[in-house]
Amino acid sequence: MKARGAVSAALASAGILLAGWQAGTQVPGVNATTITTTAAGSAGAGAGTTGSSSGAASGSSSGGTGSSAGGTGSTGSSATGSTGSSGTGATGSSGTGSSGTSGSESAASGTYTGTAVSTRFGAVQVQVTVSAGKITDITALSLTDTDRKSIQISNRAAPLLRTEVLAAQSASVKIISGATVTSNAYLTSLQAALDAANL
Amino acid sequence: MPRTSDAAASNEQPARLKARTFSCMGTVISLTIPAGKVPAPASSNGLGPGGHPADDELAAAAAVVERTFRDLDQTFSLYRQDSEASALARGELTLREASAVTRALFAEALEWRLRTEGAFTPERADGVLDLSGIVKGHAIREAGTSLRALGLSDWCLNAGGDVLVSGSPGPGGGDPWHAGIVDPADRGSLLAGCDLGQGRRWRAALATSGSAERGDHIWSASAAAPDFVQVSVLADDIVTADVLATAIYAGGVPMLNRATDGWDVEVLAVRAGGRLLATPGFRAEAA
Repeated sequence: MKARGAVSAALASAGILLAGWQAGTQVPGVNATTITTTAAGSAGAGAGTTGSSSGAASGSSSGGTGSSAGGTGSTGSSATGSTGSSGTGATGSSGTGSSGTSGSESAASGTYTGTAVSTRFGAVQVQVTVSAGKITDITALSLTDTDRKSIQISNRAAPLLRTEVLAAQSASVKIISGATVTSNAYLTSLQAALDAANL
Repeated sequence: MPRTSDAAASNEQPARLKARTFSCMGTVISLTIPAGKVPAPASSNGLGPGGHPADDELAAAAAVVERTFRDLDQTFSLYRQDSEASALARGELTLREASAVTRALFAEALEWRLRTEGAFTPERADGVLDLSGIVKGHAIREAGTSLRALGLSDWCLNAGGDVLVSGSPGPGGGDPWHAGIVDPADRGSLLAGCDLGQGRRWRAALATSGSAERGDHIWSASAAAPDFVQVSVLADDIVTADVLATAIYAGGVPMLNRATDGWDVEVLAVRAGGRLLATPGFRAEAA
């Protein structure tokens, strides 16, 4: 029940976002290239993810949303000369056309940034990282914080790789945070080393 | 002029720090302040003649912090038979008769239980009142208040991995305190970094919860395996950071989402498989 609710909420949100997306960015007559389609699908997934009420933090449910919402909306610089954001003209109904077009450039990789779209949650801009044709990361780039809701969306915890977190420059680290150390464990802890250097 | 270049060079120097440590509440507390800094105008109000050595300043400050911790430990430790908390646990004392600080902290803990929908609770599984989940954060908060009252503006307080900072480690006053978060899979290495400070750019408090160091001292609401092995929370105040880190660790992904929805915090959570979940503040490109 909970999962179904989350998915339907995500789909509803995705639909709303995509409608805004279409209105904002549709450019008739632009041929969707393979790479654009990939980016479009991912952008749809991004909207669904940011709009969902509980699925965002768990990768699996947002992935499901992504595939069903794929193929609509569009963004991203394409590699084939049509510049900037372009609408694919797909109708706004969700569930059409998954992004898995097995074209010549199916191993598309790169980072795609969507245009800012005005939604009822505020302005949403999604950045999608595609690696070998698969979405590896979706980031909400800019969100207005005119109301509380949009802040909530932007502050959701999302999966990320260890290389993507803020690096700790060990030479300049002044403090160590970790699970509470016992007095005994402190002796061999990184904090102890720092303290010893400053005693 | 050579003097000018000297001044520029000294600005480039890494901040020199002085630290004092003491053991309390089963862990080690470290207080760190910049060493040999030019006395700030704020610290010359009756603290003694200008130019007092950082050593004296640090010793006095550390004594204040230690007293704060020892007083609270004396009241709240369940390891001490003569503590008020032990008397409460044995039923020899009721909350109505308890000291004002106990009642205040109990009220605060109950409020946290309500706001976290039970993920944080001041009761042990066996029903004994246990405020230790909030006592350390409270002690850090109280110690920080005392340090400011002493006129100290630049310091870093680390109580067993829970951190509260004020001001800056550098002479210029504009730099943040660089903090490292331990990798739960390898206690000797760092998983991520973040900057702590005050004002609009940084948060002042960072707390981390996990089972790696002290065993399962956090009671999980569910019997299932915990979602996370370690949870770090950045917040403006240490009690919020500490309580939410505990709550998310105990409450898993649902509590993580409630926390990021309901509080202005940044969270870095390590899943049981080692994968990460993080809010934008922990992302490298956000810096």
